[in-house]
Amino acid sequence: MADTDKAPLSLQDMILRLHAFWSEQGCLILQPYDMRMGAGTFHTATTLRALGPEPWNAAFVQPCRRPTDGRYGENPNRLQHYYQYQVILKPSPENLQELYLQSLVEIGIDPLVHDIRFVEDDWESPTLGAWGLGWEVWCDGMEVTQFTYFQQMGGFDCKPVAGELTYGLERLAMYIQGVDNVYDLKFNNHGVSYGDVFLENEKQMSKWNFEVADTDSLFEGFRRAEEECKRSLDAGVPIAAYEQAIEASHLFNLLQARGVISVQERASYMGRVRDLARGSCEAYMEKNADQWAAKYPEWSK
Amino acid sequence: MTDFLLELRSEEIPARMQAGARADLEKLFRKQLDAAGLKAGDITVWSTPRRLALIARDLPLATEAVSEETKGPKTSAPEQALEGFLRKTGLTKDQLTQRDGVWFAVTEKPGRATKDVLAEAIPAIIRAFPWPKSQRWGAASLSTESLRWVRPLSGIVAILGEDLVECEISGVKSGYATRGHRFHCPGEITIGSASDYAEKLRACHVIVDHVEREAMVREKAKAAAEAAGLVLVEDEGLVIENAGLTEWPVPLLGRFDEAFLDVPPEVIQLTARVNQKYFICRDSAGKLANAFVCTANIEAKDGGAAIVDGNRKVLAARLSDARFFWEQDKKKPLAEQAQKLSRITFHEKLGTVAQRHERFVSLVDDLQGQLSASVPAAKQAASILKSDLVTEMVGEFPELQGLMGGYYAEAEGLPLNVAEAVRDHYKPAGQADAVPSEGPSIVTALIDKVDALVGFFGADLKPTGSKDPFALRRAALGSIRLITENNLRLSLGQLFNAAAQLYRNQSIAVENASEDLLAFFADRLKVQQREAGVRHDLIDAVFALGGEDDLVRLLARVHALQAFVGTEDGTNLLAGYKRAANILKKEGFAANPNAGSEGEGVVPPTGEEDPLALVDDPALEGVAAQFAHPECNYAREPAEQALVDALNSAEPQAAGAVAAEDFTAAMAALASLRAPIDAFFDQVTVNDADANKRSSRLALLDRFRAAVHKVADFSRIEG
Repeated sequence: MADTDKAPLSLQDMILRLHAFWSEQGCLILQPYDMRMGAGTFHTATTLRALGPEPWNAAFVQPCRRPTDGRYGENPNRLQHYYQYQVILKPSPENLQELYLQSLVEIGIDPLVHDIRFVEDDWESPTLGAWGLGWEVWCDGMEVTQFTYFQQMGGFDCKPVAGELTYGLERLAMYIQGVDNVYDLKFNNHGVSYGDVFLENEKQMSKWNFEVADTDSLFEGFRRAEEECKRSLDAGVPIAAYEQAIEASHLFNLLQARGVISVQERASYMGRVRDLARGSCEAYMEKNADQWAAKYPEWSK
Repeated sequence: MTDFLLELRSEEIPARMQAGARADLEKLFRKQLDAAGLKAGDITVWSTPRRLALIARDLPLATEAVSEETKGPKTSAPEQALEGFLRKTGLTKDQLTQRDGVWFAVTEKPGRATKDVLAEAIPAIIRAFPWPKSQRWGAASLSTESLRWVRPLSGIVAILGEDLVECEISGVKSGYATRGHRFHCPGEITIGSASDYAEKLRACHVIVDHVEREAMVREKAKAAAEAAGLVLVEDEGLVIENAGLTEWPVPLLGRFDEAFLDVPPEVIQLTARVNQKYFICRDSAGKLANAFVCTANIEAKDGGAAIVDGNRKVLAARLSDARFFWEQDKKKPLAEQAQKLSRITFHEKLGTVAQRHERFVSLVDDLQGQLSASVPAAKQAASILKSDLVTEMVGEFPELQGLMGGYYAEAEGLPLNVAEAVRDHYKPAGQADAVPSEGPSIVTALIDKVDALVGFFGADLKPTGSKDPFALRRAALGSIRLITENNLRLSLGQLFNAAAQLYRNQSIAVENASEDLLAFFADRLKVQQREAGVRHDLIDAVFALGGEDDLVRLLARVHALQAFVGTEDGTNLLAGYKRAANILKKEGFAANPNAGSEGEGVVPPTGEEDPLALVDDPALEGVAAQFAHPECNYAREPAEQALVDALNSAEPQAAGAVAAEDFTAAMAALASLRAPIDAFFDQVTVNDADANKRSSRLALLDRFRAAVHKVADFSRIEG
């Protein structure tokens, strides 16, 4: 139901609507992964579950951290911490575009008033060894969602292909509420704004990311995560190893924000993170391959 | 005869791929028809973001029956051979025919229904489709062998006349049903035949003909601007892209806050165009207006008010980012920004960009002697030439490098010619781009290119074949144009050596590649001059003299040479030259070292040469020639004597003219040899029985050849 006549949704009501909608479509409604990460795609429910033949349908909010995007709370659009709403559907259903468009109607976007467009935007994550084809979805010229058919993850072909939707929640809410500054968003309908919840957080965390964070311990943390990842792989616990890859990736982002990684070193650090992520995916595949092959003979071909 | 309609529906096809897809669809379809021996009338292909369509007119209903004849063994061959042939063809002996003592099997192939041919052709076309990027999807993708398409394939319409062509691929079955506009008419539409296809879609808010959509975008965007009293900045690339993103294009004009016009207009245009695919507008005075035209895909209920408002906000957010960058960048002078360049690598073998700045400044000094440019301005520009690379704006919009440097230089109050020298130093960007003509800009444009060329050549990173990752061909061509179009008199060799030395002063290992670079320039020059109608062999003829690295002087000589060889005198002199050269070659005549020929058979110096012959005062050349070609001990024939006299006068004239860079006069001096050489060949026997006469006459021909070589190496001239 389009609610164009009613008051626009608050941020939290928008999330609740999306949860209700995707729950009805048979998705598991998961909670955020309890680690710092740069994008919802890092959640094991996306990365690891995109591997293998088992059907998997899930939706969740994932808080994302991009230290270099911090603006001390002074920029109306940029945040070092924000929310993504992720939906992953494996195999990708035939009517994925229609389902997605219905979900927009659910949160109050009427496609005969607003111009919705699918604009080519292929997705690639070198650190995850992953790529897919798809679009950025535009609403009146604004990118509101990344829509991707995963083709590879961790360097492995996706068999079958999963469809991934990533909604930028703050952007969508700003759009729906007609607000120009993210901190003015209504978080709920009882007088609490996004700024009330996060402005001070953005100020302090921007300062920490850029100025305070101790670089020696970040470097040390990176090294430890790398080591722990390898130990976990040796011990046959690839999920634990993958968590260390997530950790290393975030520490690398923090080191970047502190400006202590040169252009030349950057490529080498990214390569190290990629190796951890790929190694974890590989081990995860290996651990499950036999049972998957037994259940899905077509898959192992 | 009947018409055929094929529609392949899919999720949104990238706009940039649609033109290629139309061509590929037609090509693959024709290939299938040819293979089946079918001929169609007109073939039309259309595309929208959600469908590729093809209509083939006047197809026959069946392919023609053909009879095929297979040659068998001779009738005289042993029985086993015949048996083998019968087994192969599956016929009996009485079904064979014989002709000229040979068995033939004749099989009649009946015609096939076109519908059946198409039912096989469609899946084959889909499987063979060469998308630049394709994907798998859905449950079938459990196997990597599953169908690949640009995005998930969702439907096939295939109708021959009014009959369905039944086929299926990867679970998608052909049918009569298609879909209209995603939002205006989301339900199914039934198509009857090729003839009602486009109109039924139009009724469902889909303009299937991309050409018509392009015209709608073009005209309605223009009209929207005019209605606001503005002029649309036409952009055919945007027309095609927007037509490729919409099935029902509706251009709408919006306004943005006038305050953003403080930002350089190129930034606004780029933001609007690249990020948002908007057209921009100018006011009647030609200034950028605070307006944009976006192209919606719907006929909105509210007339587009919400769409315009949404797009305005997105553009405002982007422009406020751009304005933020502009304001931030202006806070730091370019000289201060330049300090950050020590962190930016130019190339791993060639140091940092900061080191380039150091070399640029020294190169301006090196050019000082050779160019009468305004050196202080060039030097100041050279020290901040690449500073804009570390600005926020160029980080966001790399294509604005140079341009932004110019704006920032102006904003911090540097002299206008310094700002221009920074702005224009990447020029000329292509063949169509203008070449800077102001002193400081010429210098900065040249040193940037020469420094790169010398560095990459010296580090053995030359272009190979089609690979030219550092755009060195463009740099060489740009340098040539800078030099020739501005008449810059300079020695390229000296400049290359100086530039290489500057690298070495910074302990960057760069080999001296002047020779290679000059040859590289010669090649580029030939390509470039070909368009101006200058013959490449004439450029060779002058280059072959060696030591000429002043492009202006070189071209002047080539131009004079081209004018000369076009005259009757020139043609005949060339013929005389070739005749003389052939005789000398045939006789194995060693060139006289004193004649200065660099041709075949140069005798190494012995230390016994006549010292007078080495005097290079042109006035004394005649005297020297007397010694080099001593009086002969026989009575010369008149034509022989005439040639000697002509050479005695032409040699110093030509040499003097070359020294004075009066190449037309040098050619005139050569022209004076034409009649005497013709007469010589007519009246004098070179191969005289008297060995004395013979060797004297060969020496005379050698002298003639050498005289011509002082002007150009005629052996390189074709024809």
